[in-house]
Amino acid sequence: MIRYIIRRLLISVPILAIGSLLAFFLVAAAGNPVAELKAKPGVTAQQIRDLESSLGLDQPIIVRYWKWLLDFLQGDWGKSIALGQAKVDIFDSVMRALWITARLVIGAELLAIVLGVSVGVLAAVKQYSIFDYLATSSAFLMFSMPIVCVAVILKTYGIKFNNLLESLGMDRWLSTVSPAAGGFQGSFGEVVFKYTGTYLLPTLSLTLISFAAYSRFQRASMLETLNSDYVRTARAKGISQRRVIFRHAFRNALIPVTTLFSINSAALFSGAIITETVFGWKGMGNLLVQSIRTFDPYMLMGWLMVTATLVIVFNLVADIMYGFLDPRIRLA
Amino acid sequence: MPSDPALNPLGATSLPPAGGVAVATASEFDTTKARKQSTLILRRFFRHRLAVVALVVFLLICAIGFLGPLFWTVSVSDTSSRGYLPPSAAHPLGTIQTGKDMLAQLIIGTRLSVQIALVVAIGSTLVGVLLGALAGYLRGVVDSAISRFVDLMLIIPQIAVAAILVRALSGSWYTVAFILAAFGWMTIARITRGETLSLAQREFVEAARAAGAKTRWIIFRHLVPNMIGTITVNTTLAVASAVLSEAALSFIGLGVQPPDTSLGLIINENYSQITNRPWLFWGPFVIIVLLSLAVNFIGDGLRDAFDPRQTKVRA
Repeated sequence: MIRYIIRRLLISVPILAIGSLLAFFLVAAAGNPVAELKAKPGVTAQQIRDLESSLGLDQPIIVRYWKWLLDFLQGDWGKSIALGQAKVDIFDSVMRALWITARLVIGAELLAIVLGVSVGVLAAVKQYSIFDYLATSSAFLMFSMPIVCVAVILKTYGIKFNNLLESLGMDRWLSTVSPAAGGFQGSFGEVVFKYTGTYLLPTLSLTLISFAAYSRFQRASMLETLNSDYVRTARAKGISQRRVIFRHAFRNALIPVTTLFSINSAALFSGAIITETVFGWKGMGNLLVQSIRTFDPYMLMGWLMVTATLVIVFNLVADIMYGFLDPRIRLA
Repeated sequence: MPSDPALNPLGATSLPPAGGVAVATASEFDTTKARKQSTLILRRFFRHRLAVVALVVFLLICAIGFLGPLFWTVSVSDTSSRGYLPPSAAHPLGTIQTGKDMLAQLIIGTRLSVQIALVVAIGSTLVGVLLGALAGYLRGVVDSAISRFVDLMLIIPQIAVAAILVRALSGSWYTVAFILAAFGWMTIARITRGETLSLAQREFVEAARAAGAKTRWIIFRHLVPNMIGTITVNTTLAVASAVLSEAALSFIGLGVQPPDTSLGLIINENYSQITNRPWLFWGPFVIIVLLSLAVNFIGDGLRDAFDPRQTKVRA
């Protein structure tokens, strides 16, 4: 197992390396902060040249890439070169944003998987019951919802709910801004109050969308295994319904869901981009949008490399899961 | 489907009159004539009531977008009205901040969103099927190269690359469509590769190869027609996901840019008005949801029509 993990990680090194080269070209093609300046009146060519050489942008792209790569591998991710912004350290900014997003996304994804899988299994076991119709149709509806609208609607009604609480003489509960730096302070009750208030709406908007996909997938694959020969055999042997469902059908039905999880890992961050924009969180999504707006090439590179690494890790986790679920795909 | 009289010659032909000679006449053969595969699939699709309703909804939305300008002739770029007018006879959905007519915006936005979704779906299907079939059929070096390329494309979130490229190129509808297609074919390629791997082992492919057929002939004449069900279903799903991706991109301001507009951009411009002027938000919202719901239902209906064994609705 350890050997398999190490081998997989080694295989991903060249992919990451080529990916970083392509990403560098992509980011460079998108433009740089100085190019924006050229369009502005009152800026002389000499000023632009000076600025370019001070930022190292006058060198050929391959040289820039090589320099960036060497620094990056030594842990120096460089500083933001966006104009008019503080020259913040990229590693710190990306990690801070990642920490904010991770706390939100991991919770939401776990919730979506647990809820989606349970609802999917229940809908398959009680096929064509009222529960099944309700679950299937609501999943279908959520599956077709733009996350933008879900987040905006949740935010609107969150604010209305807050106003209602206030008119009843209570504190505003639901927060529609980023969690405060330094964590939540106060007594235990207050911390719980602030924590749930801050996380509830963004988590809900992320969960609803993923939940729809998981429950649809789980229901379909569970139906397929429930109708398969070995499940019928198990039933014929007189094994209890509970055991058939959980020991025989459920375990195999989890395999397609694992695939969905690995595909979803990248989409997770895309979903977070919208949710963070609507709720004003300063996470990875916000960082991406800001860096693109200000043409901050090295910040974008840091962002892309962290995301790419995460996608690779998620895929590896999914592959290891396959081995646990189905010993036939045991990893050599 | 034994219950279908058309497929059951005994049920369809009338019994010969008692004492008469049982000679099949031409008209009797007519009732049992062979049916084309496509006719069968179409019949199964049209029996799927939800899918037919979805198809009608989809066509209606397309009609709004493409035929709407014939009936609603107010110009999209006309800013002579005051901003944020409430709905009235002159402006059934009111005006937006700049004084433009919301209904005209919605019509254009719907058209461009549908156009983007169709271009993305067709483009990514073509690329994905071609690369997937090549990888699965030729195997070896080609397979490794294509598969590694797919892995490479998948490590960066599509929305991030698309946002960066839109900033680099432009925010016209066809650039956005092209970018989304160029970074959205990987799922279809993986699925096609998997199907091709198993199809390529079948006897008819071997027979074709033994008869001297070239790779191109085998892929387009033997493999693709046998995968057409999977391909069609995935194309419809790609339409739905393209509608949503475009909305997400335009919402963060890195998708379609003015003077072009799209449903996502309209939501971006008006979502702050959801409480005060709800019609500005709910219009584009309802169209997006209906569009992606309809396409998803059509996909489900097609899946059942192509592969009755997987049918999830009771007949």
